[in-house]
Amino acid sequence: MKRPAFLLLLIAGSLPAQVTFDRILNAAKEPQNWLTYSGAFGSQRHSSLSQITPANAKNLELQWQYQVRSLEKFEATPLVVDGIMYTVQPPNDVMAMDAATGRIFWIYSYSPASDARPCCGRVNRGLAILGDTLFMGTIDAHLVAIDAKSGRPIWNREVAKAASGYALTHAPLVVKDKVIVGTAGGEYGIRGFIAAFDSKTGNEAWRFHNIPEPGEPGHDTWKNDGWMHGGGSVWVTGSYDTDTNLTYWGIGNPGPDWNGDPRPGDNLYTDSVVALDADTGKLKWYYQFSPHDEFDYDSVQIPVLADMQWKGRPRKVMLWANRNGLFYVLDRTTGEFLQGKPFVEVNWMNGFDEKGRPMRVSGKVPSRDGTLIFPGNQGGTNWYSPSYSPRTGLFYIPTWGDYSSIYTKNDVEYEEGKNYGGGRPRATAPLARPPLNMHKEGEQFGAIRALDPNTGERKWEFKMADVTDAGILTTDSNLLFSGGREGFFYALDARSGDLLWKATLGGPIQSGPITYSVNGKQFVSVNAGSSLFVFALRQ
Amino acid sequence: MGVSRVLAFVLTAGLALAQHTYTAGDIEDGGLLFRSTCVGCHGPDGNLVPGIDLAHMKLKRASTDDQMVAIIRNGVPGTAMPPSNVTEFQAGTIVAYLHSIGNTTGGTATAGDVTRGKAVFEGKGGCMSCHRIRGQGSRSGPDLSDVGAYRRGSEIEKSILDPDAEILPQNRTVRVVAKDGTVTTGRLMNEDTFNVMILDSKDRLVAFPRANLREFAFTDKSPMPSYKGKLSAQELGDLVAYLNSQKGVEVK
Repeated sequence: MKRPAFLLLLIAGSLPAQVTFDRILNAAKEPQNWLTYSGAFGSQRHSSLSQITPANAKNLELQWQYQVRSLEKFEATPLVVDGIMYTVQPPNDVMAMDAATGRIFWIYSYSPASDARPCCGRVNRGLAILGDTLFMGTIDAHLVAIDAKSGRPIWNREVAKAASGYALTHAPLVVKDKVIVGTAGGEYGIRGFIAAFDSKTGNEAWRFHNIPEPGEPGHDTWKNDGWMHGGGSVWVTGSYDTDTNLTYWGIGNPGPDWNGDPRPGDNLYTDSVVALDADTGKLKWYYQFSPHDEFDYDSVQIPVLADMQWKGRPRKVMLWANRNGLFYVLDRTTGEFLQGKPFVEVNWMNGFDEKGRPMRVSGKVPSRDGTLIFPGNQGGTNWYSPSYSPRTGLFYIPTWGDYSSIYTKNDVEYEEGKNYGGGRPRATAPLARPPLNMHKEGEQFGAIRALDPNTGERKWEFKMADVTDAGILTTDSNLLFSGGREGFFYALDARSGDLLWKATLGGPIQSGPITYSVNGKQFVSVNAGSSLFVFALRQ
Repeated sequence: MGVSRVLAFVLTAGLALAQHTYTAGDIEDGGLLFRSTCVGCHGPDGNLVPGIDLAHMKLKRASTDDQMVAIIRNGVPGTAMPPSNVTEFQAGTIVAYLHSIGNTTGGTATAGDVTRGKAVFEGKGGCMSCHRIRGQGSRSGPDLSDVGAYRRGSEIEKSILDPDAEILPQNRTVRVVAKDGTVTTGRLMNEDTFNVMILDSKDRLVAFPRANLREFAFTDKSPMPSYKGKLSAQELGDLVAYLNSQKGVEVK
């Protein structure tokens, strides 16, 4: 009896109390925890935990549930640190809970200013941690540092002016001693930026202008002073590569969204991925997916980093399924365009030039009478996390198939804090599906699509009746977890797409699942409706 | 607070509004209401709004207790003073509490200097080995980042000199003994019918199922030593001034 007790002590004693940067860097070595929004700096949303397998997934059962005191979309991905789960109840209440039971240790309630007006929901997608300090961006564009043990605020920094339409909705990214966030507000004519703050003091360390100002490279891609309200939001967390010391971020749409007339040019760095030096914020390279976007395509995705065989040799790549309907492979050291292939129906472009610039199809632009465009305004995919499994070598995308919008444009003037859209995308099928048999087969459906990154070819598809806003998690045991608007949470075989298990959670799943373990027991958690659900194997 | 002290307090305070007599318990309730709803604008001493000193009846629109009660309940239209949904009796307890703090002295400490007080806090006083201010220091004692926003200077001084005299409920030390004899002490973060959640003395958040516990109790004494005779009058005044200046995390 003595020996196990001694072993336990050793394990407990070896757990460092604080989440050092080194621990985050080596997150894969402690799969019992979930230390960043996407699980690790490479943002693969993949775990090496393998207690739950394709053979036993049918034995998953609910362990606990936490219902948030909010009717807002519950999009947060929790962090799990040594048995404690941290998540955010919309809009900006941070909670510390026992990860095995869901019982609350503390709640820090932040009251956003009344002039906060985030486009698309008073939501928050999660937290970052360093040492024993949590960091949260708020919908009134503040960055707050909170003591992870007591829930007490340590500092509170105004990042940008909420009254002008700025907001922070994504989980911050910690790199070394800095906390990095990017501003939302592209629908209100903001001029977006990414900024790093000292984790101890909250002092700003560097700032990258998503929309370059006069004198900065790329400014000449904006004519007619369009840059001043050029948009360029950040909606989801970036990634980090220690070898290159680069941090990668997806930048959102230019403003106005659907009428490009006030902003002739390519409109850098909207609809792009930017690679920034993590210490200085200096731009190392960029790649623009959708130059002069008028379809609200953004680049509102998680940059997924993978080290894989590319055309027969090892290569450090970035995998990116974009809202614009195309799946990309880039060299993440240089930004070189390696491949771009449609993963859904696309009619606005029909190929790439040798530098990877999309070739536009004539006439496929928003018009006064309306133009039918594939994919539609919500995109072939959107902000919800994809997953890459090094085990299967496949890339998994939450997809909207057969989806289009009719884009109409109209005149628009900038007015501070007001919507700056310049048009209206109209859905070709009802987005909020009534419980009536009005749906035509093959018209706008959700799916998990598994691609071979080397070829962009689809290996399998798991089709849903309704569309999906759910992220994807994969594990080393070849499991894939996801869900959709119908409120099903399910486990698929990551190799084949075969359904292994499902549970109906009674509300749409609008978050990414995670997995963690406490005392050797593996858990899988996901938000659905207004609740957080946690599953494990029946015992 | 011992029974004799409560009696003495009631006798000396001798508080009676027009229709009510308020017991020591009522005044304590009034203090709780004041701290939860009023201190944000009026401050713990009731004198933070310029030109208004609630504890000394220095008011713009009221000269009697009944008028104060009416303002507490109805607010003052066109100003930052909102109406509240407290009962007439509750509003009366708030007024009685304000009289009680007006009748107590502001503490014995010499007028202090915030910068020197910070040096005492971080140096000679050794306060940071238990307390924490804005992320610096230990968590074993109460976080004092906003102590000046809800505790009066005289209360802070009293706690420094006589830590056992009054321990706020959230600052009690809890001690649990598991069925296997393991003892854990710390701060109770939360509890429900089946669990207790504790921040233990090693800075870990730990949840215990009650079914696994043999004992679960608060300790009567504060783990804090008295500083009576350990700090000079000036050092004490400086320390109180520093703590009084801690109004919470500022927004930059």
